[in-house]
This record gives sequence, C-alpha cells and structure tokens, in this order.
Amino acid sequence: MTLTTTARPATDLGFLLHKHPQRARAFEVSAGTAHVFYPRADEQECTVALLLEVDPIALGERVSDRPYAASSLLAVALGSVFRTAMNGQCEQRPELAETAIPLRVHIPAVGGAQLVHRLFEPLGWQVAATPLPLDTEFEQWGDSPYVDLRLTGELRVADALSHLYVLLPVLDGSKHYWVDHTEVDKLLRVGAGWLAAHPERELISRRYLAHQSGFVRTALARLAESDEVAPQEWDTPEEDPAKPVPLARSRRQAVLEVLRETGAKRVVELGCGPGALLRDLVRDKQFTELLGVDVSVRALQLARERLPEQVELRQSALTYRDSSLTGYDAAVLMEVIEHVDEERLPALERSVFGSARPATVVVTTPNQEYNARYETLVTGRFRHADHRFEWTRAQFAHWADSVAAQYGYTVSYLPVGEPDPVLGPPTQLAVFTRQEGR
Amino acid sequence: MSRLGIPQLALIALVGVSGSGKSTFAARHFRATEVVSSDHCRGLVSDDPNDQSATKDAIDVLHYIAGKRLAAGRLTVVDATNVQREGRAQLVALAREHDVLPVAIVLDMPEGLCLRRNAERPDRDFGAHVLRRQRADLHKSLRHLEKEGFRRVHVLRSPEEVAETVLVREPLLNDRRADTGPFDVIGDVHGCRAELEQLLAELGYLVERDAEGRPVGAAHPRGRRALFVGDLVDRGPDTPGVLRLVMGMVAAGTAMCVCGNHEQKLVRALRGKKVTVAHGLAESLAQLSAESAEFRKLAEQFCYDLVSHYVLDGGKLVVAHAGLPERFQGRASGRVRSFALYGESTGETDEYGLPVRYPWANDYRGAAAVVYGHTPVLDAEWVNNTICLDTGCVFGGRLTALRYPEGELVSVAAQQVWCEPVRPLQPVNPVRPDDELNLTDVLGKRVVETAEHGRITVRAENAAAALEVMSRFAIEPGSLLYLPPTMAPTATSQRADVLEHPEEAFAGYLAAGVREVICEEKHMGSRAVLLVRRDGGAVHTRTGRAFFDQRLTDQVLARLQAAISAAGLWSELATDWLLLDAELLPWSAKAEPLIREQYAAVGAAASAALPAALDMLRAAADRGVDVTDLLQRNESRVNNADAFRAAYRRYCWPTDGLRGMRVAPFQVLASEGRTYHDRPHSWHLDLLNRLSTADPEFVATTDNLLVDTGNPDSVAAGVRWWSELTEDGGEGMVVKPMANLVRGKRGVVQPGVKVRGREYLRIIYGPDYTEPANLDRLRKRNLGTKRSLALREYMLGIEGLRRLTSGEPLWRVHECVFAVLALESEPVDPRL
Repeated sequence: MTLTTTARPATDLGFLLHKHPQRARAFEVSAGTAHVFYPRADEQECTVALLLEVDPIALGERVSDRPYAASSLLAVALGSVFRTAMNGQCEQRPELAETAIPLRVHIPAVGGAQLVHRLFEPLGWQVAATPLPLDTEFEQWGDSPYVDLRLTGELRVADALSHLYVLLPVLDGSKHYWVDHTEVDKLLRVGAGWLAAHPERELISRRYLAHQSGFVRTALARLAESDEVAPQEWDTPEEDPAKPVPLARSRRQAVLEVLRETGAKRVVELGCGPGALLRDLVRDKQFTELLGVDVSVRALQLARERLPEQVELRQSALTYRDSSLTGYDAAVLMEVIEHVDEERLPALERSVFGSARPATVVVTTPNQEYNARYETLVTGRFRHADHRFEWTRAQFAHWADSVAAQYGYTVSYLPVGEPDPVLGPPTQLAVFTRQEGR
Repeated sequence: MSRLGIPQLALIALVGVSGSGKSTFAARHFRATEVVSSDHCRGLVSDDPNDQSATKDAIDVLHYIAGKRLAAGRLTVVDATNVQREGRAQLVALAREHDVLPVAIVLDMPEGLCLRRNAERPDRDFGAHVLRRQRADLHKSLRHLEKEGFRRVHVLRSPEEVAETVLVREPLLNDRRADTGPFDVIGDVHGCRAELEQLLAELGYLVERDAEGRPVGAAHPRGRRALFVGDLVDRGPDTPGVLRLVMGMVAAGTAMCVCGNHEQKLVRALRGKKVTVAHGLAESLAQLSAESAEFRKLAEQFCYDLVSHYVLDGGKLVVAHAGLPERFQGRASGRVRSFALYGESTGETDEYGLPVRYPWANDYRGAAAVVYGHTPVLDAEWVNNTICLDTGCVFGGRLTALRYPEGELVSVAAQQVWCEPVRPLQPVNPVRPDDELNLTDVLGKRVVETAEHGRITVRAENAAAALEVMSRFAIEPGSLLYLPPTMAPTATSQRADVLEHPEEAFAGYLAAGVREVICEEKHMGSRAVLLVRRDGGAVHTRTGRAFFDQRLTDQVLARLQAAISAAGLWSELATDWLLLDAELLPWSAKAEPLIREQYAAVGAAASAALPAALDMLRAAADRGVDVTDLLQRNESRVNNADAFRAAYRRYCWPTDGLRGMRVAPFQVLASEGRTYHDRPHSWHLDLLNRLSTADPEFVATTDNLLVDTGNPDSVAAGVRWWSELTEDGGEGMVVKPMANLVRGKRGVVQPGVKVRGREYLRIIYGPDYTEPANLDRLRKRNLGTKRSLALREYMLGIEGLRRLTSGEPLWRVHECVFAVLALESEPVDPRL
C-alpha cells in the first residue's frame, strides 16, 4: 500500500511517520518483513510505500492470497511500523499531526469489494474501487473478490492509519489471526473518536473481533480438500438458535404441539442440528427422554454446549440402520429430508419407518410453491445451499402417502407459518401415525 | 475307573462343603485358567482369601470373570461351596445368559474327613458348627439340583470315588465342526415325498425301497450327505413317507436333520399333550394313524431326538430351521432352541394376520454361512451370508437344495399346490443394499482384517468424518465398491532446483528389489472410478460423490458401454460389469469452483499487487534509495506469479456436456468374479487402449515407458522422458512396479509413487516455492505418514475388491470402502 500527501512541504510526511524519506528500512514482523520506502518525496508530493513480504512457506499447507492481497497481516505490520504515528504523536511537527491534510491511499489488491464504500465513505474518504478480474484468459469466470482501492480525503495521518488498521482485517474475508482477548480494548482504543459514530460499527466490531484460532483443518475439511471441494461448501450449518428466525420458531412450535398431542414421552430428533428444537422440548415435562442424533459432528458439538445433560446426543446417519433408534414414542425429522438426495430417500424411509418404527413420525420440509414469495430467492433456486430438493405440497403428499402405505402408517398434514391463499404455507408438516396390529 | 461326561462348553459348579476337596479336584481335572474360585476372588478384593466379609464383592468378581469366559465360549469351573440355592441360582442364570449348559459336580464327602482337612489348614479356623450348617444346606439341596436348572448333575460320595473319576469332555450335540461334508442342504419338505424323491434323484442319490416300493433310504455314490433344515412333516400329502425316507437315511448315516417347529409340535401331539391342531398337523396325524403303532413310536422318537442346529465344517456352516444369529451358534439353551425352531417375531402381524418375523439376516455379520428354512420365499437368495431354502414346495412352489461347499442351488417344482398358502410367496425380503448396512458396521474405532495386509485400524474420529461424507454426499453403497487410495510422492530430491525428480523414484524401487517399473503419464484431471454395467453403472469421485448429474452420467456410461462392447471386453472378461480406475479431464470439469476461488484468486491478487510494488520500487530506486535486493526479489516474484497462472491454466478448458471432456482409464479394478491387481500394468494399459481405439475422441490413452531401475541407461531414458513431459508444465508421471502388486523383503512395496513436474508443483506449493531459500525449507517434508497411508488405503482397496468379487455381503465390501474414506481424513500434509 502507499500513502501520499500533497500538503506542502509534502516531505513532512517523513516527520509524521517517523521514517526518513531518503532511506529504505525493513522491520521484522510476525508474518515476514515489512519494508518502508518512499517512491516519491519532494516539495509537492510525498508517497510512502509499505510493502509486506509475507513468508509463503510459514503460511502453511495451502496456496494463499496473503502474500499478495492486503489483509490483517498488513494491518498488523502497519500498526507495528507506524505505531507512534497512529497514536498521533509527532514531536517535531506536533501541529501538523493535529491537522487534516490532503491524503491518498492506494492498495492494489484488497478483499471486500461490497464493503469498501460502506466502510470508508462515512469516515470522510472518497472511494474508488476497481474490481480485479479472476483471470483475463477465462473471462467467463468474472471478477475476483479483490479490488484495486484508492482512497482520497483530507484527514489527519493518525486517523488515516487507524482507519486502515481497523478496517483492513474487516475487509479480509478469510479467517484472521486475532486470538488475544485484549483485542477488544485495542479496537476501542484505536477506533476512539470515529468508531462509535460509524454507521457500520456493529459489522466492523463483529468482523474485526471474529476470533478465529487460526484455521483448524478438521477431518471433514481434509476430506473435502481431498475431493477438490472448498471445505466451507460441505460445512453448511443450520440456522443458529442464537439468531431467531420467525419461521423456524413457528416450525418448532408446530412440532412441539403435535408431539404434545400424541402424548409421546420418549422422543428422538433425527437430524437435530445444533439442537434448537430439543431446547424447546427439554422445557416440557411431558418428554421424559430426549435423544438427538445428527450426522454432523460439529452440529452435535454445538448442540452439546447448548443443551442440558439429560438430553442424549449421538452421531447417526439415516442412510444406515441404527438399531439403537428403536423403542421411541415419536421421531421428528424437522427440515431433514430435503438434505438427502432423492435417490437415497428409500434408505432413510427404511431406517425411520421400517427399522426405528416409532408410533409417531413428524416430518417438516419447505413448501416449494411458497418460494415465489421470497423476493431475494432466485427462481428455481433452493432456500439453502445444501437442499437437494424442495417439494410442492402435491409432491410431498405423494411421497408421504406412499411411505405411509408401504410401512403401515396413516398420515395427516398441517400448515406451518402464515399460509398464502394460493401458494400455501411456507413449511409443510406431515404427522405419520403407526397403524396398530400391523 | 468311572468316566463322567461333561460338555465341552459348560459352566461347571463344584458343590461341596469346606474341606470336601473341590480345589484339589478342580486342579486335577481342569486347566488353572478354567477355574474361578471364590477364595481367589476374595483375595483379589481383600488381600485375604478367607475374609468372609469380602464374600459379596468376591462373588461379583467371580461372576464377572465367569461371564467374560462364557461369552468367549470357554468352559468355566466355579470353585465355591455352592451349597446354597440362591448362589447356585445365580450360576444357572449366568449360564443361561450365555447360552451354555449349567453342570453340577457335587463332592459329598464324609464329615470327619472335611473336619480333619480344615483342621490341617491353619487359615481355616472356623468351627465344626459352620461345617455342619454347610452340610445341612448341601443335603437339603441335593435332590433339587436338576430342578434348579442344572442339565447334568454328578455326585461323588467318597474319596475313593473321587480318585477314580475321569472327566470326559464331550462335544455338544450341535458340534459337528469336524464334519466337512460335502452336503446337500434341503429345504422344508412338509410331507412332499414325491418331490423329495425327485430332488434326491436330481442331486444324484440312489433311492432304496422296501418290499412295498416305499422309499426307505437313499445314498449318494460319491458319499455326499443330505442335510435337512427341518419341517419334514405336516401340510403335505405324505408325511409318513417323508419320515420313513429321512429316518432311513439318518439311520444309515447318509443324512442329518435338524428340528423344525412342526416336528416339535408333532412330538407333543403324538405324546398326547394338548396342542392346537392347526397348520397341517391334522393331516400328519391322520396319515400317521394309518401307520403301525411301531412306526409311530419310531417317528416320535426320531423327531424328539432332533437337535436344534448343527455347526459344521470347522464352523463355516450352520444349519438351523429358522436361522440362527452368531451369538447362539454352537450354544445350548432354551432360547437357542427357540430361536432355531421358531425365529423371533417383532410382535407385529402383517396384513394376513401372520407374525412379522424379525429380519435377523439383515443384521447377520457372522463368518459362518447360515442355511435355514421356515419362512417360505419365492427364491433362495443369499443375504449377508445366510440363505433360506424354504421355497414353498407344499404351497406349489419348489423344493430347493443347496450343494455345499459348491454353493449351487438345485430345485424341483411342486407337482401341485398341496396346501393353499395364507400369504402368497414373497421374495426373501425386499432387501436393497442399504437394508444390509448397519451403523455399527462403520461407526467407532474399527479394525479391518485384510487377507493381504493384516489388520488395519480406523480411528473413531476419522470414522465419524467419513460417516458424514458417506451419508451426505456419497452415491448409494451398492454402486460404491471402491475408493482410490492416495499416492505418495517420490522421496524428496536433493537437486538445487526441484523438489521431486525421477531418480529417487527409480532408486527407491531398486532398493526395494523391483527392477522392472512402468512410468505412466500423470493426466492432470480428477480421479474418477467408473462402474460400467452392461446397463447402467456409476461414475464417482475419490470421496464417493457422483461426478455428474444423472443425465451426464448416463451419457458417459453409454460411451463407455459402447467402447467396451466394441472392444469385446464383456465376453473376453466374461462379465456384465467392469470397475475401472480413471482420470477425468479436464481438471476444471470438476474442480472449476476450487480453481477459481483458490488458484485464480491468488493469481489475480498477485497480478495486481506485484507489478504495483515493482513500479514503486523502481521509482524509489530512481530517486537513489537503495532497494536493490527488494527490487530483484520482486521481479522474480512477478515471474513466479506468471508461471503460477500458466500452470493452472493448462488444466482448464471449457466443456459442454461431454464435449471437451475425456476419460483416461488406467487400471481394471475388477469384473465379475475376479480382481486384476496380479496382472502387470502393461496388460491393463493394453486392454484399456482398446477402449481408446473404439472411441478415441472420448477415451484417452496413457503414455508410458518401461524402465529397468538397475540399468543406468534405462534410468537416464526415464529421466529424459519425465523432463520432456514436465518441461512445458505437464503434471508429471507415476512410477509403478510393472508386475503390479509386489511383495518385497519388508512386505508390500508402494504400488506407485508420483514424480510431479517443477511447474505443476507451483499450484501445490505456491508461486514462490522455487526460490532457493524456500525450496531448502520445503525439502524437509516428511513422507512417512503419507507412504504408510498410501499403502494402507491400497491394501484396503484390494481387500474390498477381493470381498466384492468373491461374493461376500455388501457390508463387508462397504467396510473397506468406508475405511479408505476414513483414512483419507487422517491429518497428512495435503501437498504431498
């Protein structure tokens, strides 16, 4: 990145930054070596360049954009090399440090294309962001996540530096390396005077403080990688119970009411995810035994943290027969079947209706017809990246009726959520009841 | 000398007062490890074998040890006084819990002798009254031992008798492990005498007849023996005729028979017990009433003597009327007999009012083949190493036999419907592959036994990750028969400019004793396993995901089917399916999202940042600032970034459906009934080249070169070949032992090592990896784990294919496939 001023004498920038314009200097920082030099330093204009040479080998086992794109690593280097300037201290030109001067910042590659305007404009910068194409030889691939960023404004140098120090990690899409809890204090200190008034302060704080203890390659991530799949593609957590969604709440409420009506005492949730429904069930004394199973180890870990001990949790997969799932009064498959390939549904049906065979099975799934009501949803797309299908009411009924007939259940249907007069409810729910004597 | 018989597998309770000589008796007749004594257990928990206050804990320990031994099928002797009924009841319960026979050996010695013995032992200081109480308890018990459940009771009343006793261990009635056959196992006959005669003739037996022309025996000229699964009687037209024939064969030693539920009930009826006369019993009783009383008596005795099941041929074959789970095989108890005769019901009834049978065969994971009858089915089919031979002859179906060990099924059609079935005959089960797989087949820590490479362990956390992928992404297990193993790179080169070089690969194989190797061009695509059936099939990735949607999959398969037909491989390999290991090109066909997000993005950032930095550095240099080193490094990095972009671009080209796509098969994994890891790679490539000849547009060949690792000229030619392949960015090559699976001095040698090109490795190690300082650090890479993993996955793959082609149940194949996936999630440097 470069920082340029046209305040005269422009070379005073050297005093403000405590770095002599005639000399190139190198500083060891945690990610590699930070170089400071001045491509131009004269009366009219002075430009300082901060070049971070990232050690690519130390970065680890994957090809990374860190050596090229401005990231939290650059922010750390900036904070270290220009610490005094960022604190607004300048013994030789104290009045200049207090003065807003014309400044230009150029960062040739930085992430967060959609964010740069929202982040920098409220702070008094004029923002010019030019998207970088992914590969000029493959134009169909479109733009990369990076932009060539140019900021222009009249600010104190200390403010400019503190903006960059806080906002570069925010723009950095990847997990970054803040692990220290003193980061909160640091953020408040560096952002003092401007962060509190920033319209995006919540986003800034959240992303800046997104504590990630490096990148842990889980066993699942390793498998994704071995099959040339980006790990996050396989890592599609279900809705976060900490962030309530109205439809999810009414879905849980509907399931809870069905279960109450059946008088079920021992309930198993198949595909419990992080345990939002189980959290509701455990508050009701009717349910004396609760078991949640999921195929995702991570979902079960989240669920374990959120649920009291009496809720049993374990890993299972509905495409295998699991004899430990027999003997429950009721089983719930809430927003589960649509995550199973249609070809594999018969396996799930046999596990649930043939092998586990509880007296009641509650199944919910999206009503595809209702998707027309979601303005942000592109026609033909599913509501969740991992959905393998979404069914109309007729399709769901066709499936449920034939499963019920095959395995000796009767089935009834309930709407969930505010129904549209034509399109039906957003979520559809089926209650299967085992026929006795069969 | 008196010989007392005891079952080979039993819980033997020694019963006798203190000082009656139980421990001495046990030491004389049993191995020390077979005896669990209460004194010893008291010592274990209290450091004092005579501490009576520790008795309760000691007995708990005793029961625990005895339970473990019995579960493992080991004879166990309990050396305790056992004079009280409550204590013995626990032992009987323990024996039943493990389905072994409880046996009591009572040492009822004269009181004076016991007193004297106790007095001689300084640690036994209890008084005569204790002994008297024990004796009283003992005598009160003696008459009831059998009623308490002991299946055999031996009472020894004097030291002389004890001295003369010899224990003889007798095999259980069901234990015919020494009998290796061959057998013809015959399904439920149900009084269908004519069909039985016909089947025996079909099987090659010569039937003997009495003066009245009635069959009274049958023998096979080559000494084969018939083995009946029970239910000879009821429903059919000639139960006495069937009994006469089978009884004759059994008496003559040309047949064996296990008891069916109908025989059991017939005995009760013939003995005048109150039974409901139904399910064809009336016919039997009517037919038998026309026979002589003597015959009826013989028939009754015959049926009464039938055992619940047989374990034969070294434990490889089990015959039981209604089948038998592994835990009951070779055991003896009421519930074993009940299962063998009746099976287990789920408690539900079907739409015909018949009990729904518990599908035990779906869960069966035993090593022994279980042959059974009882449930009429349309066709005899193997399910998890079990087969039901009741093909409903009496209901107008067929009478079926299984030739063992050949595995061939022979059947004759019923002459007519002798009895209307309540429910029409059904297939064995609507079993589909998934039905056969249990969660317990894959989850948790697992040890897979391989024929070629011993035991391979899968850790629980890796199995958990594999379960998630298998369940969420993989294709159905019936079509997922193999996952390709990972491959280790060659030993790291010490040359200044590269990380990998062929010299180390050749030297490595030479050191392992492999002279003849084949270098195969490495196609830079994505690994694909092709299951091509004459009709249908599957194309999946290295984690078992479908490569394409169904439409494109069908197109790929159609091309391959046509090429295989044109090359004549179906008939040449005598198969209806082929499993091929292949590479699918281009890389971008599958990996484009990854290429865009990971590689192209890095390239984009580098192409923007580095030239900008270069401009700034040049400007500074022009001003006289000393940035020489930095400038040089940056110039070099600009070139590296360009080379990086060129490297990945080589493997990307647009495809439209099949257009632009190619498949390069390089190994035949399996076809019906056989694997090919024993065929040299040249055989594989020659065969697969013929597919390319048939469809050159779609099927690519694999360039290759033979190298003699012991010949410097040949090695040099190999190096040259690799250099040419990689100079303009080619991925590199794989070096494999020509002979395919090769064993060296230290076991199986690596099935192949990859030698990747210098430019290609930029994609893996990053644009700047070729900088000398970086290369030096990267050279310290550790290949040990990767090599070990590659070998384990390879052997698991071969084991899975062996199981597949030898007709083992799906869960056994799936176990290997799953294990490969689990191992793939082990932490290894992904750049290797």
